[in-house]
Amino acid sequence: MDAVEVIGGGRESLAPGTPLLEVEDLHVEFHTRDGVAKAVNGVSYAVSAGETLAVLGESGSGKSVTAQAVMGILDMPPGRITSGRILFRGEDLLTMGANARRAVRGQKIAMIFQDALSALNPVLSVGYQLGEMFRTHHGVSRKEAREKAVELMDRVRIPAAKQRVGDFPHQFSGGMRQRIMIAMALALEPDLIIADEPTTALDVTVQAQVMDLLAELQSEFNMGLILITHDLGVVADVADKIAVMYAGRIVESAPVHELYARPAHPYTRGLLDSIPRLDQKGQNLHAIKGLPPNLLRIPEGCAFNPRCDRAQDRCRSELPPLVPVTGEHGEELVGRRSACHYWRETLHG
Amino acid sequence: MGSYVLRRVLQMIPVFFGTTLLIFLMVYSLPGDPVAALFGEKAADPAVVASIKHKYFLDQPIWKQYLHYMGNLFQGDFGTSFTGRPVADIMADAFPVTIRLALMAFVFEMVLGLALGVVSGLRRGSIADTLVLIMTLVVISIPVFVLAYIAQTVFATNLGWVTPTVQDSYDLSQLILPAIVLGSLSLAFVARLTRTSIGENLRADYIRTAVAKGLPRRTIITRHLLRNSLIPVVTFLGTDLGALMGGAIVTEGIFNVQGIGNVLYRAINQKEGPTVVGIVTVLVIVYLVASLLVDLLYAVLDPRIRYA
Repeated sequence: MDAVEVIGGGRESLAPGTPLLEVEDLHVEFHTRDGVAKAVNGVSYAVSAGETLAVLGESGSGKSVTAQAVMGILDMPPGRITSGRILFRGEDLLTMGANARRAVRGQKIAMIFQDALSALNPVLSVGYQLGEMFRTHHGVSRKEAREKAVELMDRVRIPAAKQRVGDFPHQFSGGMRQRIMIAMALALEPDLIIADEPTTALDVTVQAQVMDLLAELQSEFNMGLILITHDLGVVADVADKIAVMYAGRIVESAPVHELYARPAHPYTRGLLDSIPRLDQKGQNLHAIKGLPPNLLRIPEGCAFNPRCDRAQDRCRSELPPLVPVTGEHGEELVGRRSACHYWRETLHG
Repeated sequence: MGSYVLRRVLQMIPVFFGTTLLIFLMVYSLPGDPVAALFGEKAADPAVVASIKHKYFLDQPIWKQYLHYMGNLFQGDFGTSFTGRPVADIMADAFPVTIRLALMAFVFEMVLGLALGVVSGLRRGSIADTLVLIMTLVVISIPVFVLAYIAQTVFATNLGWVTPTVQDSYDLSQLILPAIVLGSLSLAFVARLTRTSIGENLRADYIRTAVAKGLPRRTIITRHLLRNSLIPVVTFLGTDLGALMGGAIVTEGIFNVQGIGNVLYRAINQKEGPTVVGIVTVLVIVYLVASLLVDLLYAVLDPRIRYA
């Protein structure tokens, strides 16, 4: 528990402007029978308290792997973090001792998983699984843990929490199960929550409820939130900034509304164009042609070049760095970056 | 739950009658005359034969014999063997031996099988895992009588720790070696089943959740992993206990254990109809009860299963 004190120290102790979490140039590989899959290739992002970062990307883009590396739940082997740092409150999680790391998990950084049905233990009651957080980290009694579990279930607005605390995960609806996942993540009032596709498995109406709840609780506790998703619709209302990932790299990052209004990367543009729209009824959907790259053989140059309309020779040989982009008259666009050789044409053209 | 148990018990009734009728028909339609066999080489006096046949209802049509037998059975009378000994007595001698042997084999296969399975499941690819895989494969491939003879040679002939065969079937210490031989095959299955189940559950999402919750490794394994992994193993162990109770003809034969398997084997050879039917009837009931208990235990272990 000593380590917790060192890292914890309360929300106030963080110097203003210092991000809660900084991922710096993270590289993750998976060693498979067919070769080395480069899942994450130099990702950097930062989240501050009270801020929501949405990480957007297709499956295989490395968005979940990055989160798992932050959380310390990568399967190693086959996974391997080859380089980079993950700073939480200025301390590198990757070089931290196992016990200190475990104290951070659940207590300081918590995670919400996509499919609550498989992410909750099927043979233990939800009350037990919620109470376990308090029993493990705070050493409270079984009875007290159960009371805390009921409180948590109330807080995420599960009806008749007192009666349902002994029920098992399969006895709840999908939306209620995801609320339980949220409650579990919130249990110890962490500084940062990572939500990995929290609404993908839910009905659209329930999606909105769960996202609203998450956003509300986030502002109530002034937590940092990393929202991992492939759904642009989910992101728009809740995120402050977006990082778009492709083949293990961030290809564009921007404040959310600016990215929606004027993307600075052809991939982001493709994603936005592929959202079905009511005012284009009857027309063909704009799908991005081709498939995401095989991580065993990421194309040379810009990984997106085989699917890109703008691709030139340069794109096939030279890897575009993630650089700050500027407005039409050279003015600074705060927080906007793009990894496209032709970001000017994409942004302004 | 209550109505489920009741329904299962009611289902046992036709199964009970069906199996007893089948075994009855099979035993009594075997070729050969058990009464004539009693006289061995000597010529039988027809009057004596007729009186014995009358005494055992062998002069009646088979359906009458069955009804008569069942009628007695429901009054707790398992009948009399052709040697004149009540079948109930024969079973009272043999069943305690088999129950002891079975329970010892069961404890052996459960404790050691689970331990080996957990160790190899948690450390896949390690030396311990490879050893367990090879050892269990050997046990599975070797017929039980070979294993029994090896055990006899090593522990009785070479080391002299035990006598080659059991002298007193009521002496627990003498039953240890037969129990180990008897339980070894199931032990191999339990170990492999546990290993596979643990391997599958280790990759389950809820284990990742448990890690993300910051739980200690010990808690993750005992509370989250084992509880889920043991469900299929418990099912196997339950049915296996039923099977062990049925006696082990080969093992009991080789080690001269006077259990139910030995008695049944002799009874079949001597066409002892009443003994065979009596024992099989009891075994059917034991098996039915064991499988009911397994199903109920399954619901206790896995809350997703509810019997209504």
